Amino acid sequence: MLKNRFFAMLFVFMLLILSACGNTKSDQANAKEEKSEPTELILATTTSTQDTGLLDELLPIFEKENNVKVKTIAVGTGQALEMGTKGEADVLLVHAPKSEEELVTSGDAVNRKRVMYNDFILVGPKDNPAGVSGEDINAAFQKITEVKANFVTRGDDSGTHKKELAIWTAAGIQPTGDTYISTGQGMGASLQIANEKDGYILTDRATWLAQEKNLTNLQIVVEGGKDLMNIYHVMQVNPEKHDMVNSKDAEKFVDFMVSSETQDVIESFGKEDYGQSLFFKYTE
Amino acid sequence: MELIFDGLKKAVEMILTGDREILEITWLTLRVCFMAILISSIIGLPLGMFLGLTRFKGRKLILVFINIGMGLPPVVAGLWISMLLWRSGPLGHLQLLYSPTAIVMAQVLVSLPIVTGLTSSAFQQINDKMLLQIKALGATKIQTIALLLKQTKIAIVAAIMAGFGRVIAEVGAAQMVGGNIQGDTRILTTSIVMEVSKGNFDVALAISFILLTVALLITAALTLLQQRKRVS
Repeated sequence: MLKNRFFAMLFVFMLLILSACGNTKSDQANAKEEKSEPTELILATTTSTQDTGLLDELLPIFEKENNVKVKTIAVGTGQALEMGTKGEADVLLVHAPKSEEELVTSGDAVNRKRVMYNDFILVGPKDNPAGVSGEDINAAFQKITEVKANFVTRGDDSGTHKKELAIWTAAGIQPTGDTYISTGQGMGASLQIANEKDGYILTDRATWLAQEKNLTNLQIVVEGGKDLMNIYHVMQVNPEKHDMVNSKDAEKFVDFMVSSETQDVIESFGKEDYGQSLFFKYTE
Repeated sequence: MELIFDGLKKAVEMILTGDREILEITWLTLRVCFMAILISSIIGLPLGMFLGLTRFKGRKLILVFINIGMGLPPVVAGLWISMLLWRSGPLGHLQLLYSPTAIVMAQVLVSLPIVTGLTSSAFQQINDKMLLQIKALGATKIQTIALLLKQTKIAIVAAIMAGFGRVIAEVGAAQMVGGNIQGDTRILTTSIVMEVSKGNFDVALAISFILLTVALLITAALTLLQQRKRVS
């Protein structure tokens, strides 16, 4: 009997502490409410927008203007889109146009708008064993396969990975073997692996510029082809299809991204640090 | 070598200049870890005590599960908690995913088995004869428990320390359920991962030194607590 009482006491004690924790939290919430508590908006996006620092520049402006707290989940485009179809995010900022269209067709995403672009580039080892150059990305992929040079792929269903797979298909090659290194990681980490393994890798220019200082073994080998354009879209998750989606702020976010002031911020971002824009305005 | 030195320099600089973001991240890390280890201790210590002192049917099976749980990979914990907290999941209406609370939940899931398991093994080592003697001297149950707690103090603090080491080192689950959101769920470990992927190795190293310092201070404090009056 007495033993039971001891555990009962411990249990009560535990509940007390837990409820105390709960109280402090709701107190904080109350304090915030007086200044009208910001609503929360979940933004699922690609790693490139976070790793370059673009979002650090844009989000504070949006948050201040609209009293919204944006929760950025930086994952690959594949996962971001999946979060959209599950209704786990409110708004998406991604760069895989073909997959995005599927979401619009299925009704998971609405209000899709073009925001900005930059371009994909192929970087490779400084000694360039495959001897690739110029603009033709398909020919470059073929040459790399012929000389069996290392090729690093993100392999994570991201926008860049999807683009790379499209190029392999266009070049009529099924990449396999030991020289095709799949990292399953973000752009930054994959670039570092390519740097260590002397591999070629397809990357977006923004991440490359942001990381170039660490990638001493790599250089740009192919760039400028018109099929290397990297287009970003912003879109809302359809509130009619998914409960709990914050569509009010999501719509504001879409409008914010395509507004001319924001577009100017996007275009001037990075000029100071890299001497060139990392992203370019590109609204419809 | 130079990089390590740069990192150290940067860490000292960050602390001395009171870099607000890094202070907030450190503070959040501490809050989350303390909350997690507090909950784990409140549940795990009595539970471990109970499992260590009593004998009943099915007890061994429970111990097996707790021992498996001691090695539960954090990413598994992270995945489970995420699925539980998804908007489409069973607890989705609470809107807890991508919040510090979600990180605490994942950390409790990985540290609770450690605290419980180590406590229960400490109590299993108590000599039956001692229990008998305590009883013979006419101690009440509460007095008995108090005596036993005193006996096992070292092991209990060790259990808490082991659990704490687990939560402060946690990164996979925290990233998954917390989302590494700036100013909200970014903790020391997840910011190290992020800075590395950004290529800012010096910043990552600096944060790693801060994390190590924090872990060192807390472990040292707990060790002192554990070894206090050890000689007497």
